[in-house]
Amino acid sequence: MQSLILTTATRLLVALLLVFSIYALLRGHNLPGGGFIGGLIGATGFILYVIATSVSDARSALRVDPTNIAMLGVGIAALSGIMGAFAGDPFLTGQWLFLFAAEGEKGLPLSSVLVFDVGVYLAVFGGILTLVFAMEEEI
Amino acid sequence: MSWILVNPILIPLVTAVLAYLFRTSPAGRWISVAGTVVLLFASLILMGEVLEHGVIAGQMSNWQAPFGITLVADYLGGVMVVITAITAMATVIYTLAEIPERLERLGFHALLQVLVAAVCGAFLTGDLFNLYVWFEVMLISSFGLLVLGGSKEQLDGGIKYVTLNLVSTIMFLSGIGLLYGITGTLNMADLHLAVREVENAGLLTTIAVMFMVAFGVKAALFPLFFWLPASYHTPPVAVSAIFAGLLTKVGVYALIRSFTLIFDQDVTFTHTILLWLAVATMVTGVLGAAAMNDFRRILSFHIISQIGYMVLGLALFTPLGLVGAVFYLVHHIIVKANLFFVAGVAKRIGGSTDLSRLGGLYAHAPLLAFLFLIPAFSLAGFPPLSGFWAKYVVVKAALDLEMWFVAGASLAVGLLTIYSMTKIWGAAFWPKHPDGIKPRLGDLPAGERVALMAPIVGLAVLTCIIGLFPEPFVQFAETSAEQLLDPTAYVTTVLGVQP
Amino acid sequence: MELLLALTIGVLMASSVYLMLDRNVIRFLFGLILLSNAANLVIFLSGRLTAGAPPLIDEGAYAPTGVVANALPQALVLTAIVIGFGLLAFTLALVYRTYRSLGTVNSDEMRLAEPVSAPRTTPHPDPTAAPGTPPASDPTLDKTDATTTPTGGEARA
Repeated sequence: MQSLILTTATRLLVALLLVFSIYALLRGHNLPGGGFIGGLIGATGFILYVIATSVSDARSALRVDPTNIAMLGVGIAALSGIMGAFAGDPFLTGQWLFLFAAEGEKGLPLSSVLVFDVGVYLAVFGGILTLVFAMEEEI
Repeated sequence: MSWILVNPILIPLVTAVLAYLFRTSPAGRWISVAGTVVLLFASLILMGEVLEHGVIAGQMSNWQAPFGITLVADYLGGVMVVITAITAMATVIYTLAEIPERLERLGFHALLQVLVAAVCGAFLTGDLFNLYVWFEVMLISSFGLLVLGGSKEQLDGGIKYVTLNLVSTIMFLSGIGLLYGITGTLNMADLHLAVREVENAGLLTTIAVMFMVAFGVKAALFPLFFWLPASYHTPPVAVSAIFAGLLTKVGVYALIRSFTLIFDQDVTFTHTILLWLAVATMVTGVLGAAAMNDFRRILSFHIISQIGYMVLGLALFTPLGLVGAVFYLVHHIIVKANLFFVAGVAKRIGGSTDLSRLGGLYAHAPLLAFLFLIPAFSLAGFPPLSGFWAKYVVVKAALDLEMWFVAGASLAVGLLTIYSMTKIWGAAFWPKHPDGIKPRLGDLPAGERVALMAPIVGLAVLTCIIGLFPEPFVQFAETSAEQLLDPTAYVTTVLGVQP
Repeated sequence: MELLLALTIGVLMASSVYLMLDRNVIRFLFGLILLSNAANLVIFLSGRLTAGAPPLIDEGAYAPTGVVANALPQALVLTAIVIGFGLLAFTLALVYRTYRSLGTVNSDEMRLAEPVSAPRTTPHPDPTAAPGTPPASDPTLDKTDATTTPTGGEARA
């Protein structure tokens, strides 16, 4: 199905959805959001792209095989857990780094929890797209 | 301490990621091999710690026991991880010669490693919901392995496997929900204490039966086993072998764990059900095997009948019975995986797994014939092999309780096991090949021959070692049975307090 | 409210069992979806219901004040939903692949892995069940369709 309105709108919407998915990923630690929902939103962008164009177009727009993205996500999540080892903590213990921290000022908190969330983001993003691409190609 | 516990889960997981990213090059499969070797070392280190301390526990991300994710290894959990690592290593070596590059490119090794990680996770977790998660991971990866390649038989078997196992996990999940509702905890050690304070004992027994059904499907117990013979003979042999060795045993392990640690309130009710289910499982399994005419399908039915012995050991609920169950569990994983490997080689050189289209293996591949006899006799329970001691302990436990019928049935099932092993021997090994093929091992390329035979020889040697020197293994099983029947050490190690 | 939810779970479970008894694999799958949702509700309900009290901790405090909802079952349900979603999507894809390659969604006709005509010397324990004769299965199909209406009414009541 080719629809001029949809294809034109998709170009804008895909970019918007991808940016929004990153936003949802980053605000996830203290507010509603996080890797899972971010990954879903990001995948929605590409699913929209599939509907507007075709799977092969979406694949070439994505450049990387979605299954690779998903597995990489799992690997990153596992790595974030291993980070605890360097501090002598058990697996998956959150490690924190406060950039530019001063007296009474937390600075920019960076944590292995965020890395874990990035892993989840990629895993969900890749997993959903693998599934959707496969289903779409079958039908 | 906690890293020793995490390693057996983490190593296969990382291996899976690497093997997947390198799946299009030969590096992928060697990463997979290396991963299992490292896993074996990690599991042996874990076992060493367990032998030293009895029970070891670790809290993930430092959340204290009833709240966080707990990993525990007692004697049973430790030995299961070791045996998982051994089976995984044997399987991965075997796949080097068996799995075509087409499947490797689809991510075969990654799925296999995820499966191993999930099995290790299920053996090590100390939390019921976590067990559910590992079950699901195990299911997803096993679904993938089962239908990878997508032949018609695989899809057909896959549908049955997937649907029935999904029903069982949902059942498990509902059971978890209800158990949480009446106890307010899901940590298994904490549950051991919490169920003692539940007033509504009837509700607890109902939940116990729900768990029994859920784990019964996984373990292929009597009325719930239909998915197993429908699917286990369809995937590549290496996949059949690791499924046959490990997956149903995870169900048995879960049964043993939950019905010694959590549901030991109404033993006369729940364990009596288990007892008769075990007997029925043994008998139907072996009769099903007798009716089959395909190498792998006979073996699939034998898994069911052997599950009966393990559950019987649990159902007797005496120290000796549990010794038998633990011993049987370990022995059976080795033997059954090995028999599937033999079936794979027979298919490779003889061209089929259908017994009417096989033959001449004894004349042309005597080494294979000899190596078939070791696990086959062990499965049937011939004296100098591991199966004899396993059967002996279980039957002795039944006789001690004066359950003549049960003991008689298990002996008769042993006899019928010999019958179907003889049937395989009489059709595949003894006569001439119907198509005039001379199935010779020497016709295989040298590299493939080593990759196919090394796991078979290794596992056969292991069977002989357990059979000839059973003393340390029985002692080990005795200690683990003690730990199972008196989980005080388990509970105190996990919770860190005196109950 | 608990009673209402419990009844909903019951109705869901009953309808799912009804659907899962069907020979059509697609309907079985629908039954499975209902069943997994029912299981999720069981967990949700077992955490007890506390309406309008999100388990949030105030700024600076270490524990929530007053009665708040139990967060653990909600986390469990979330996990179960995610896993269930993945599995069901996989199963749907599998059923579709199977339909494409076997040309049927009737589980009685899926006998490829276990062919009925396997040569046997001993009689099959249930020989009548083995050959799926079309005339015998047609009336049963009609019967299952006829019973659809009462269940639908029950679900509405």
